[in-house]
Amino acid sequence: MKSYLDFEKPIAELDTRVAELRATQDGSSDIDIEAEIAKLAAKSEAMLSSTYGKLTPWQKTQVARHPLRPHFVDYVEMAFTDFVPLGGDRLYGEDCAILGGFARLNGQRVMLIGHEKGHDTASRVKHNFGMAKPEGYRKAIRLMEMASKFGLPVVTLVDTAGAFPGIEAEERGQAEAIARSTEACLALGVPMVAAIVGEGGSGGAVAIAAANKVLMLEHSVYSVISPEGASSILWRTPEKAADAATAMKVTAQDLLELEVIDGIVEEPLGGAHRDPAQTAKALAAAIEKELAKLSKLDAEALVRQREERFLAIGSL
Amino acid sequence: MSWLSKVRNSLSSLNKRDTPDNLWIKCPSCGEMLFTQEFEANLSVCPRCEHHGRITAKTRFEQILDAGFTVLPTPEVEENPLNFRDTKKYSDRLKAARAANPYPDALTNASGTIEGYKAVLGVQDFKFMGGSMGMAVGEAFVAGVEKAIAQKCAYIICTAAGGARMQEGILSLMQMPKTTVATRRLAAAGLPYIVILTDPTTGGVTASYAMLGDVQIAEPGALIGFAGQRVIQDTIREKLPDGFQRAEYLHDHGMVDMVVHRKNLKGTLAQLLGYLERKEAQ
Repeated sequence: MKSYLDFEKPIAELDTRVAELRATQDGSSDIDIEAEIAKLAAKSEAMLSSTYGKLTPWQKTQVARHPLRPHFVDYVEMAFTDFVPLGGDRLYGEDCAILGGFARLNGQRVMLIGHEKGHDTASRVKHNFGMAKPEGYRKAIRLMEMASKFGLPVVTLVDTAGAFPGIEAEERGQAEAIARSTEACLALGVPMVAAIVGEGGSGGAVAIAAANKVLMLEHSVYSVISPEGASSILWRTPEKAADAATAMKVTAQDLLELEVIDGIVEEPLGGAHRDPAQTAKALAAAIEKELAKLSKLDAEALVRQREERFLAIGSL
Repeated sequence: MSWLSKVRNSLSSLNKRDTPDNLWIKCPSCGEMLFTQEFEANLSVCPRCEHHGRITAKTRFEQILDAGFTVLPTPEVEENPLNFRDTKKYSDRLKAARAANPYPDALTNASGTIEGYKAVLGVQDFKFMGGSMGMAVGEAFVAGVEKAIAQKCAYIICTAAGGARMQEGILSLMQMPKTTVATRRLAAAGLPYIVILTDPTTGGVTASYAMLGDVQIAEPGALIGFAGQRVIQDTIREKLPDGFQRAEYLHDHGMVDMVVHRKNLKGTLAQLLGYLERKEAQ
């Protein structure tokens, strides 16, 4: 099943036309129809290429939130092998908004942690739409500390609208859990690479992204508040989200320029959801490359590099 | 009826518009009209309902530090790095905030003593753009901690912020790990870090340095939380419990060590420093 975003309407129309022609073709090979299909398909691809070549920050936000965009569980399947899920924070419960466990990246052992949003109604509810509660962050802390103890590099995949805003989350110390998770990242004596694969929403994202190297998928976004949130607070209307997305500089390209991230992983034409396998392959290769570079540093140097990286942001 | 109400009522013939704005203030909690001078003499705490009013950084320094403290310079940072503009330009908002406040951004440090114990005290001023954490706040926090490390003394922070400064986008978010680097360095130096959560402390500030203290103190009634109440209500569509995200609620849930009345704050800090200060530094 395909799912088109609003701004992809002209592409959707072409694709529908191609599908219709294919259906009428019905096994017979009418030269004229085949030529028409080829023409329309080429036109659709050209349009996809030009549309995705100049996505606005607000359009990128929609691509980053696309319901068919690959999520943590897809990357576990396609970018890693031999995943051993580990559960629970040993304090309160198991939060499926953040998943984690041992995994192999091209054979290399890593601790893999990330947000999972779910892909249908049932799984979205199970994973709380990728919005973690304190126990999710405390599980992440536990896994990071274990990784450090056993010398496994930490890889995180960030994809959340933000930490869960709810009564029980506040009661159990959402703020403290996020602060301690950020602190745990900074304390790691092993290499840590974070990749923003969809939405990097505020503190709920940074809690597992205070890494040695931070990568972003080409059409992912990372911001201090959602464009909708900024719109309603700063413009006092929900309708300025597109302006807010532009003003806040939320795209991978903006963030690379601001030196907040270290690299961009290219997505297939038309976004990650059009070819998850290709996306996973590119992501795995990029993470592997960063880990290889970091493997040359000892524990002390890794901590120092991470500290300097964040101290430099905002220093003259 | 308190004596203040009696005074107020006896003056009811006065046209209120004829009194200067700053002579009387209305307690935002109980609505009582308070004589400003008396209110301030009472540390800006309402004598009727004990509501702890928001106070400026300067007043806070005077209330906590012994006389003779030094206000430290606020580090300079790149201004308006994103060239941000909403309904107004961010640089204009900064200009207006600076015109209305004595210090150049929302976090200011002072070095001094508390009943003789050396300390660096950072204070976030809600009056400066809602105390919000941008690069200047992050950099000032780091500078305050560095000063404490250099002087081998405690770093104490009075937090007050709506959260991160949205006008600095991702750069404000990055102040969360940045300030955490500083608290880690303070800990590595074996020096105490004390957090005083004041009204209000929410968002990215709460989710970073405001929750990492060795000792966590909250002022009575202070609003302290991660998510804003409206956001929570919109998400769960239920009524929030009474006292939700207030200092006492956090204390009940194990998130702070103590809720301390402002009149006891200085004494409490001195008492804590007596336990936490390293022997060789004395």
